Amino acid sequence: MAMWDQRYEPVIGLEVHAQLLTQSKAFCSCSTKFGQDPNSNVCPVCLGMPGVLPVLNLSLVEFILRMGLATHCSVAPRSTFARKNYFYPDLPKGYQISQYEEPICHGGYVEVELEEGRWKRIGITRIHMEEDAGKSIHDLDVDTLVDVNRCGVPLIEIVSEPDIRSPREAYLYVHKIRQIVTYLGICDGNMEEGSLRCDANVSVRLKGETKFGTKTEVKNMNSFRFVEKALEYEINRQIDLLESGEQVVQETLLWDAGQGIVLPMRSKEEAHDYRYFPEPDLVPVVVTQEWTDRIKETLPEDPTERRNRFVAEYNIPKYDADILTSEKALADYFEAVIRGLKTKSEENCKLASNWTMGDVLRVINTEKIAVSDFPLPPAHLAEMLNLIIGGTISGKIAKDVFEDMLKTRESPKVIVEKKGLVQVSDIAAIETIVDEILAKNRQQVESYLSGKTQVLGFFVGETMKATKGRANPKIVNELLRKKLEGRKE
Amino acid sequence: MDGKYRCTSMRTFDSISSDLSAGKTSCEQITQEYLRAVEGGKELNAFLAVFRESALEQAQTVDRRLTAGTAGPLAGTVVAIKDVICVRDEAVTCGSKILQDFRSLYDATVVSRLKQADAVIIGKTNMDEFAMGSSTENSAFGRVKLPLDQSRVPGGSSGGSAVAVAAGMATASLGSDTGGSIRQPAAFTGIVGLKPTYGRVSRYGLVAFASSFDTIGPFALTVKDAARVLHVIAGYDERDSTSAAVPVPEYAGSLDKEVRGVRVGIPREYFEEGLNEEIRAALERKIDLLRAGGVEVKEVSLPYTEYAIATYYILVTAEASSNLARYDGARYGYRARRTGDLLEMYTKSRSEGFGPEVKRRIMLGTYVLSAGYYDAYYRKGQKVRRLIQEDFIRVFQEVDCLVTPTSPTTAFKAGEKVDDPLQMYLSDIYTTSANLAGIPGISIPCGRDRQGLPIGLQILGKHFGEPMILRVADFLETAG
Ligand SMILES: [Zn+2]
Repeated sequence: MAMWDQRYEPVIGLEVHAQLLTQSKAFCSCSTKFGQDPNSNVCPVCLGMPGVLPVLNLSLVEFILRMGLATHCSVAPRSTFARKNYFYPDLPKGYQISQYEEPICHGGYVEVELEEGRWKRIGITRIHMEEDAGKSIHDLDVDTLVDVNRCGVPLIEIVSEPDIRSPREAYLYVHKIRQIVTYLGICDGNMEEGSLRCDANVSVRLKGETKFGTKTEVKNMNSFRFVEKALEYEINRQIDLLESGEQVVQETLLWDAGQGIVLPMRSKEEAHDYRYFPEPDLVPVVVTQEWTDRIKETLPEDPTERRNRFVAEYNIPKYDADILTSEKALADYFEAVIRGLKTKSEENCKLASNWTMGDVLRVINTEKIAVSDFPLPPAHLAEMLNLIIGGTISGKIAKDVFEDMLKTRESPKVIVEKKGLVQVSDIAAIETIVDEILAKNRQQVESYLSGKTQVLGFFVGETMKATKGRANPKIVNELLRKKLEGRKE
Repeated sequence: MDGKYRCTSMRTFDSISSDLSAGKTSCEQITQEYLRAVEGGKELNAFLAVFRESALEQAQTVDRRLTAGTAGPLAGTVVAIKDVICVRDEAVTCGSKILQDFRSLYDATVVSRLKQADAVIIGKTNMDEFAMGSSTENSAFGRVKLPLDQSRVPGGSSGGSAVAVAAGMATASLGSDTGGSIRQPAAFTGIVGLKPTYGRVSRYGLVAFASSFDTIGPFALTVKDAARVLHVIAGYDERDSTSAAVPVPEYAGSLDKEVRGVRVGIPREYFEEGLNEEIRAALERKIDLLRAGGVEVKEVSLPYTEYAIATYYILVTAEASSNLARYDGARYGYRARRTGDLLEMYTKSRSEGFGPEVKRRIMLGTYVLSAGYYDAYYRKGQKVRRLIQEDFIRVFQEVDCLVTPTSPTTAFKAGEKVDDPLQMYLSDIYTTSANLAGIPGISIPCGRDRQGLPIGLQILGKHFGEPMILRVADFLETAG
């Protein structure tokens, strides 16, 4: 439900910065590894020492081309770098190398699903390369400290067209971008840690109006939730201004998550005149058709296409397919499990889906680990599912086997054999136990016979307890019902 | 060379080489002689740092290699380096207070190539601050004096490197040329100065003034020696994306004093008003010698020449304003004491650390890049630069090289132009075009004026046309 005066229409454009997962920095060979000691991943080049020159890391170009091609952009056969000039202690050169007039990718789009089956295309104006600045640490008693490790880490900036008409759409768009960058393996997509950052240009206008209103820039929305909240706040703020006869001032605002409001940037942090000009230390980036063709061939399946294929090929519900394809690693895991199944019936695929969405994701979420760090090989999970399908173990026993596999990393077969968890399906053996239990619990038998058939559950439980859960629950149920019904006569 | 600075160590590589192979001297002995010359010439203020110990150590190593027969091509050469080029663990001041106590963490590519070729590095030479100037008066460490007449300037900005060679303090030296900073001081001091094609020599380790103009090149007493040094320092460098992967020819080997059939252009625009008459006459005598040597001489035109100085100052100041942003007192170099907030630290450190000419250019450059002015200045400047380049491309379809004066005047008096930046800028009128176009140029001695001051003759060539300009220069050096 939209939370603003519906006579107005918001117009939103987003700038998303994605930190790339290249091994080395954009213009030197320093490592991009996180969590190192301050100022340890540095060299004369990224320290901006006198006399050094940048050398372009070609994997940065590879990465941005992947993104450009995955979002249907045109690739410029020749693009150039520019310097963005401003002074800040964590910016050693006094400028950031970026792209300005001639970006490498432009004119693409992504599609987001607003609701079941209703898709919207959001245009991408351009995608360009740039380098990150360092980090200033102010909140210490001493002077400001600077960590240059992040200086020169490659970023791409994805600039959308002002096609977005609600905070929800903005949320879906950023989500989509995150999904694509993680699918492509070019960015870890972590907004909270800043590997994915998002700024918005926002204006409002009366519905039907074709001209844009005065826009503000909202920064510092460092989670998906905040993108929606901050934009909603800003839209309402602008509408309130217009409704009370005031004007929207073009300015840069910061989202304050604590207060849930946007605040103007202090004048010192206000946007500068960046004095962009062509970077004379780098030659133009030339991208040949062969290069883009080669990259196109290695692009992974588009997440939306993959979701549709999951529904069609495995007959799983769309809901399941959505979750399973939300991340490439998870989708890959699920498909590896499917490949390990002996028979790929609809029922079995759904079983694989339930286990992947349920138990696997639960562990990933509670342990806060990446899918790629999930310890269980998909082949083991598939093997366990095969044991369920073949009737060797029950679904309930499987839960224990799963926990055991996590702990011991042993194959399910080994665990089942070691612990004697093989399901008892021998009717004669189960019948003996059932008879014993019925004999022991006369009172409950009486209540069953008097019509309280729900005590059947009690007998099932007792039988399972007596067999340490190994009895085939289907057989137990059938036997009990037959025997109890038989006594009614 | 005249007077007291005609010292024993003033010699060419050929004479050093033959003495070395005849066992008459050693690299260490040669280095000692040069060190004595440096000591004796202190009043010229050409050197900012002298590497006495490391130079002698290096010389001993070279001597061992000479004995073993494994010495590099520059064994016996003692080279001085302009203090805008990095030598590992040594200061690199760029003639500025802002880098007064800064030491480089690494060797520039040219320095490591020189070392590898067994040249001995004798020290760092004085210069106009950040290579901005035409007289070497803009140094935070005092002006450099012309050996012939100490009341005069040696040209700039590589004045220290020019004087080091002219006064026999080094066999050769390296300078940097952004708008004439090698050629003009070579002309003023009466030696050879070569500005290579942009991209011919790696800029890695050259502290940037204007990145798309800066080139490193040699000073030497002879064309052949300049060619030898160029051969060592030239070539592609993976650390400099703008260096060219064009093969490096054996420059010195092809010098045979033969110019028959070469087509030389005389660009009309370089001989118009403002050119000193004595210089014009001296050049004409040399041009006659070319004709006599079988050269086809023809007048040509470079119509955009008149826009070169304006275009040059718009573009180089723009690049400089960005290149010099890193000297902010935050991480290294000079930081003003007792400053309040960040902005004050920046403004004070930069105001106190930079000299007036550098500040003037930073302000100019900041202005031409500013929103609202970019199109009128920077973008237009880029367009004119392209037109100037096209001028040369067109002319080089008709001729193999161009002969022009290097400078409109001979060495002027110290203090004469410091208060008139425009007059100072005009002393680069014949040299800036080569940097705008990225083409090579060489200045060679062309006689003296009535006051006995050296006159320079400039030869400009097409991109990577160093062999041609060296060939013509080598001919003119001894002809007549
Ligand atoms: Zn680095």
